Amino acid sequence: MRPLVLALRGVPDQRLDLSGLVPQLIAGKTAAEIARIELQTTRVRATVGDLFQLRMGGAERIRIENACDRLDGIGHRMTGGEIVVEGSIGSQAGRLMAGGRLTIAGDVGPWAASGMRGGTIEIAGRAGDRLGGPLPGETAGMRGGVVIVRKDTGDRAGDRMRRGLILIEGGARRYAGCRMIAGTLVVRCAAGELPGYLMRRGSIVLADGAAELSPTFVDCGVHEVLALRVMARCVSAYSARLASVLRRPLRRLAGDMGVLGKGEIFTPP
Amino acid sequence: MIANGVRVDDTFAEAFPMRATGLIVTADSLAWARQAAVTMTGFATSVIGCGCEAGIERELTEAETPDERPGVRVLLFAVSTSELQKQLQGRVGQCVLTSAGSACYAGLHGAEKLKLGDALRYFGDGWQISKRFGGKHYWRIPVMDGEFLCEATTGLTKEAVGGGNLLIMGASRRATLAAAEAAVKAIGRIADVIMPFPGGIARSGSKVGSKYKSVRASTNDAYCPTLRGAVRTALDPDVASVLEIVIDGLTPDAVAAAMRASLAAIVKLGAKRGAVRVSAGNYGGKLGPHHFHLRELLP
Repeated sequence: MRPLVLALRGVPDQRLDLSGLVPQLIAGKTAAEIARIELQTTRVRATVGDLFQLRMGGAERIRIENACDRLDGIGHRMTGGEIVVEGSIGSQAGRLMAGGRLTIAGDVGPWAASGMRGGTIEIAGRAGDRLGGPLPGETAGMRGGVVIVRKDTGDRAGDRMRRGLILIEGGARRYAGCRMIAGTLVVRCAAGELPGYLMRRGSIVLADGAAELSPTFVDCGVHEVLALRVMARCVSAYSARLASVLRRPLRRLAGDMGVLGKGEIFTPP
Repeated sequence: MIANGVRVDDTFAEAFPMRATGLIVTADSLAWARQAAVTMTGFATSVIGCGCEAGIERELTEAETPDERPGVRVLLFAVSTSELQKQLQGRVGQCVLTSAGSACYAGLHGAEKLKLGDALRYFGDGWQISKRFGGKHYWRIPVMDGEFLCEATTGLTKEAVGGGNLLIMGASRRATLAAAEAAVKAIGRIADVIMPFPGGIARSGSKVGSKYKSVRASTNDAYCPTLRGAVRTALDPDVASVLEIVIDGLTPDAVAAAMRASLAAIVKLGAKRGAVRVSAGNYGGKLGPHHFHLRELLP
């Protein structure tokens, strides 16, 4: 079935909230009904019909063309189906997503995959700060699903992550995996300062190490961890480069001893 | 019925519904994976005296196991879900967890689950680590040679069948054993079945009850060649030895396939080198709902 295509006519005058354009909310709507969906974030009314050229297709697959970084909330609470975005987008992509697949050909802004519970997000470009992290006032970040970032991420990737898998083929900036509750974060290139800061449980794999490790992590020695090898088979479906990292012997650092201390960071021997 | 000189009785094997589960046990080498599996399936020949029936279903290559190491698939059968859970936990805890370099994964998938790592994780004394990825849940339990990795649960089936059987009768012990060995080898190629007795063969087939009140099962005197003149025997004059193969399977079809393969192997060996007669054990068809008729299974 042909996808439903939304081609942005030009850069909008205001940030847009696209959280209503997910397969389960669009299913069964006519073109006229979709065109009337409001997207504005200011007092100036802006509808899908005003801003996008709409080509109807099955709501299970949505394609957003000519995207720009003023499009926020793409894939919000998505439960199934697929959204493909051509271009870069704004904040909170895939926030609270529970299923389906969100593919972004460009970069994403902050809080991508925030509070995500299931499904898969693939970001071909860079991700902003707090990938998978909670919004202010929330107690946990990502709770499930898989996120793949092909380039770098900003600060605090995996902040307060509770479950799920974040795979970063590039590097991560400061505080990667900070305050993690559980889950797994794998970073192929170098990480910034203090990864795993105040993490309680969970696993962080830093294939290229970090600029500075917290002294509140203790060295457990170099090990071949079988669980990482099992994980490699799962990861290889998304990234062969990251899967190969998980098959190597790695140094295990337990921490953060400043809090519960049952988390771990793996670094090169 | 006579096939290649082997007389095949026109009778049936009577089998019973059982609960079953499966495991994949891996280790650094196939030898160590087998060691763990052989240990955990020891003393698991009959539910009557062992609580469960268990055996190695097949060996697995690195490509077939979750951790890319050699392994084996083990099947366990019991008469109730609670007994199966008890046996699973005890056997994996004492025999696989303790075996060098081992890991343990679900070997059967289904809606109903039995606890595996979920029951053993407490051995970690608080240092156990839960990991979920690829839709599965694992427990990492620190042990002295590293970590014991164990999937949280494994599948349970209530469609399993226990007690598929063949009675192999030969003119000598050596010939009977040769026929039984050929049958075991043939069954070894069939998926989803085990033969719980030593080497897949039972030489002490039993009947229900005994002259002694406390004994639930006793020797099947009708098939004991040394009692031929003293009891109401089921043996022909040319039979000097009887061996039984008991088959448990995850489905009735698997048991039927195993019996079909074993019959074919026995017939192929022929009466001169192997069995002169093949029969099957039943209770008149009143106790077990699964009847495997030898006539239908002949090649």
